[in-house]
Amino acid sequence: MTATQFTPLASTIGGALIGASAVILMLFRGRIAGISGIIGRTLPPFAEGAEAGDALAFILGLIAAPLVYVATTASPVAQTVSDNLPLMAIAGLSVGFGAAYGAGCTSGHGVCGLARLSPRSLVATAIFMLTGFATVFVMRHVIGG
Amino acid sequence: MRIVISAIAGLVFGLGLLISGMANPAKVQNFLDLAGAWDPSLIFVMLSALIVTFVGYRIALSRQRPLMADRFCLPTAKQIDARIVLGPALFGVGWGLSGFCPGPAVTSLPLMASGTLIFVPAMIVGMVFARLLSQRLAARTVTTDPAD
Repeated sequence: MTATQFTPLASTIGGALIGASAVILMLFRGRIAGISGIIGRTLPPFAEGAEAGDALAFILGLIAAPLVYVATTASPVAQTVSDNLPLMAIAGLSVGFGAAYGAGCTSGHGVCGLARLSPRSLVATAIFMLTGFATVFVMRHVIGG
Repeated sequence: MRIVISAIAGLVFGLGLLISGMANPAKVQNFLDLAGAWDPSLIFVMLSALIVTFVGYRIALSRQRPLMADRFCLPTAKQIDARIVLGPALFGVGWGLSGFCPGPAVTSLPLMASGTLIFVPAMIVGMVFARLLSQRLAARTVTTDPAD
């Protein structure tokens, strides 16, 4: 477990950028900025009119972000990722399956869906928050470590 | 030009994840740890993103059509079914275990942490499996139609 600083200002600015990206995508392209949906458009089975090229461009922009961040701020990205590889594999499968099966993730349901006042997204967000809280509670306070 | 707009949107989204702390799994897990070293930062990320999107969507969706597309492509599903419970439930478990959701995991790829390099391919396998399953379930609904 790594302690982290409370960063209300940076988090508010970062959140506003996430919102700005969602608005750019809606205003220019008429699309929801749901990351799992965008990744899904580049994966089989392909749907007609999915505009996979567009989705791929978004993903490349996402991947370029840390490079731009490091080049402009001249500081490394603060990040602690678990090196428990079996755990990360299970988590990845669960996140990927859950997002594709539940038609959305933190961005699609939690930001874009809630901004559209979608009842489905409200249910989805409440459920993944709840199981997220429960999982960390069990992992850190029941099993420990 | 359309592709450039999408790439810029991706870049801005990624920078938002990095600046906000959302791309740091330790920070996400500390947010989810109400009974431990709780870090409430992600509330600020969510609220700020939500307010900007809420206002921006009102302006964007008041237009006849998007600036660079023929029409708005919005989700049409309305029903609260088993999928909208089961999918997010599994998603939340994986999110809690790793501290990663899809955006932060993909944006973290160039940072080359071993956990990220395992998480992203596993996530893609999970997504393809769910998409194939959805397609099969949809096909079954069609073939059991008596008119078929």
